[in-house]
Amino acid sequence: MRKTPRLQLKGMTKVYPSVIANDSIDMSIAPGEIHAVLGENGAGKSTLMKAIYGVVKPDSGQIIWDGEAVAIQNPAHARRLGIGMVFQHFSLFETLTVTENIALAMDDYKSMESLAGRIEEVSEEYGLPLDPGRLIYSLSVGLRQRVEIIRCLLQHPKLLIMDEPTSVLTPQAVRKMFETLRRLADEGCSILYISHKLDEIMELCHSATIIRGGKVTGYAVPADETATSLARMMIGKELPVCSRERPVVDGERCLEVKNLFKSSADQFGTDLKSISFSVRGGEILGVAGISGNGQQELLYALSGERLVDEKDCIAISGESVGHLKPDERRNRSLGFVPEERLGRGAVPGMSLSMNVILTAHRHGMVANGLLKFQKAAQFAEKCISDFTVKCGSKDDPITSLSGGNMQKFITAREILQSPELLIVSQPTWGVDIGAANIIRQSMIDLRNNGSAVLVVSEELDELFEICDRLIVIAEGCVSPSVNVDETSKEEIGLWMSGMFPGGPAEGTSHEATSDQESHVC
Amino acid sequence: MDGDILIQILVASIAAGTPFVYAALGELVTEKSGVLNLGVEGMMLVGAISGFIAMAKSGSLLVAVLCGMTAGALMALIFAVLTLTLMANQVASGLALTIFGVGLSAFLGLKYTSIALPGVPELHIPFLSDIPVAGQLLFSHDILIYSSLVLFGFISWFLYKSKAGLILRGIGEAPKSAHALGYNVIGIRYLAVLFGGAMAGLGGVYLSVAYTPMWVEGMVAGRGWVALALVVFASWRPLRVMAGAYLFGGITIAQFHIQGFGIEIPSQLLSMLPYIATIIVLVLISRDQKSIRLNSPASLGLTYHPNNQ
Repeated sequence: MRKTPRLQLKGMTKVYPSVIANDSIDMSIAPGEIHAVLGENGAGKSTLMKAIYGVVKPDSGQIIWDGEAVAIQNPAHARRLGIGMVFQHFSLFETLTVTENIALAMDDYKSMESLAGRIEEVSEEYGLPLDPGRLIYSLSVGLRQRVEIIRCLLQHPKLLIMDEPTSVLTPQAVRKMFETLRRLADEGCSILYISHKLDEIMELCHSATIIRGGKVTGYAVPADETATSLARMMIGKELPVCSRERPVVDGERCLEVKNLFKSSADQFGTDLKSISFSVRGGEILGVAGISGNGQQELLYALSGERLVDEKDCIAISGESVGHLKPDERRNRSLGFVPEERLGRGAVPGMSLSMNVILTAHRHGMVANGLLKFQKAAQFAEKCISDFTVKCGSKDDPITSLSGGNMQKFITAREILQSPELLIVSQPTWGVDIGAANIIRQSMIDLRNNGSAVLVVSEELDELFEICDRLIVIAEGCVSPSVNVDETSKEEIGLWMSGMFPGGPAEGTSHEATSDQESHVC
Repeated sequence: MDGDILIQILVASIAAGTPFVYAALGELVTEKSGVLNLGVEGMMLVGAISGFIAMAKSGSLLVAVLCGMTAGALMALIFAVLTLTLMANQVASGLALTIFGVGLSAFLGLKYTSIALPGVPELHIPFLSDIPVAGQLLFSHDILIYSSLVLFGFISWFLYKSKAGLILRGIGEAPKSAHALGYNVIGIRYLAVLFGGAMAGLGGVYLSVAYTPMWVEGMVAGRGWVALALVVFASWRPLRVMAGAYLFGGITIAQFHIQGFGIEIPSQLLSMLPYIATIIVLVLISRDQKSIRLNSPASLGLTYHPNNQ
């Protein structure tokens, strides 16, 4: 006997002015099934999920819920049907409490007090304890996600949509979330699990729909597939790998940070506490950590966007630069790729070749105070061809590029200046696998030429792929450095919650720190 | 003797602060939804002249109040259509609304400059009003002053105790999140802007019908701007708005009396006093950065496009 599917999609299509986000997608999910929706960034996964949750109206297609065709009007309607969604970029309100945030998504509750009680009850029951009175801004990213999950669970969903839920979690927290999801599935709740991480999908999901360029390219049972075969369906070709033979170069200390303290400029930011580390020429040092643990503040201090009080705290090639502004540091052969591409990495309204001049003007693009546009154009052409940047021409505004191509272009601009020290933040954030590979390879090549590279990233896989040494930043403190070959993702994951020698949560048990963050350092 | 003067000053201060109470509490609700309407001065002026005309024609305070509130809300509607439907810039639209209100009120009031109205009688409550000192201070005011206190109570309850107020604060904090949860961001902002307009209009009516019962061109005299500043300096908290409003009113009245005593301070300096004192006091009580961040609407003044994800 075949069960009625919980949810069936037939011919779902959504067209945006410039792109077909979903092109007649069919999919079916049974009660208690964990179903993966696998695809690269921009493949149309999120649009499809938003259509199911009623945030986006599909142009055509049918949604069949428990055997009946429905037209989902809005998220409230979806919730009434029993659909819950955990968003990729959280839909929380920072200055409201946990209870208030959950109340906003509930259509029926008696009073704030009774709701707070239910939150405590349900969160304990699922092993995801939460304090209902806390304000969201004071919660770590992992706890914020917990709020979103509890918000869904309180409504006893029949279908739970999880949009890239693990991108912000430590490996330990991921495992805990998987337990919760499996338990929900056993209770009969269907789960739509959206991700581009193959190992997670193979571990967790019963079945998968693979989407590429808005179209379904395959259905699969992940347990029967290999990472290679899933990747082929997802990106249409073999999964590219970086070549990374490690040269034994013991270069000079290129960047040295000693005892750096800095209070955050942001009200809800993290203060840096006694940070010390160094990067040698010919190595890539990775900075792991969950976002919001001081990465922003560290990068502002290193780039010179915020000066530090003690100029000896930061030294480039042996010279103290703590008091120097960003352009003076760049004069000392620093290359810097910030996390925000537009605004900090590039000027949105300007063309590609104008954006080149912003940082590469040191390389013969200025003569007698006048700009040499010819040189800038040549440099831009070289960036475009060396990094296969997809764009109309060097004279197009940089905003006409997709996120991945913009990142390739900005990285190219910095790397082609052959800096002795390159600092990169989130090098492949929101970048598809192909482009990510080019960017990673280029950083490895730069390292092989004897430069020092510092990479700040939240993606552990990426750091383990390209780095020689790792440090972890947690609550504004950094861990001792460790060679990549001598550690594991599990250890680094523990360190990310502050449990490293001399770290903010040293000596506490894992359970305690994952449930509530400590605030000592 | 001196005690009498003090009581007089205090009673008059409450009256002088009341226009700010109405306008600033209205603007507070508007801003809590994430919309910055700089047109308060214009809305107050149009409310003042509309209420004045209605009072002169009908003789009924209720009709005057309703006309003034409607006029203020209509002004706010222009602003709402511009900024919420047509996505125009809020700062520029608000400034334009004030300039428009100055001109429109002057035009409407041309024929009414020489008329004086009887004013609004004080409510006499048996026994209570006769208590010495306290009776004069608390129970000798007109109905519009009492209703402004009711408004304060209502807004405090609405913002922090009701679900609707929670939704309003949520929308001001993160309109995208609110949209994703299924709330109609634009619709709710419309209501908040219209409410702010109606309250600014009522503040204007109080000025032209009760406080100084006559029409003088531009009689709001910058009070709309002060109300705007009060909201910011009070870090978007109703109780502090009230404190700021009465403080401003109090110093305004006190400096009149000081001038009356013939003390040798240039009157221009004394006229500056309410502005400086109010700002200093409110800045001092609102120094806590965290509390400002917790109470200020994060999306204030930013245009929101529901369809741009």
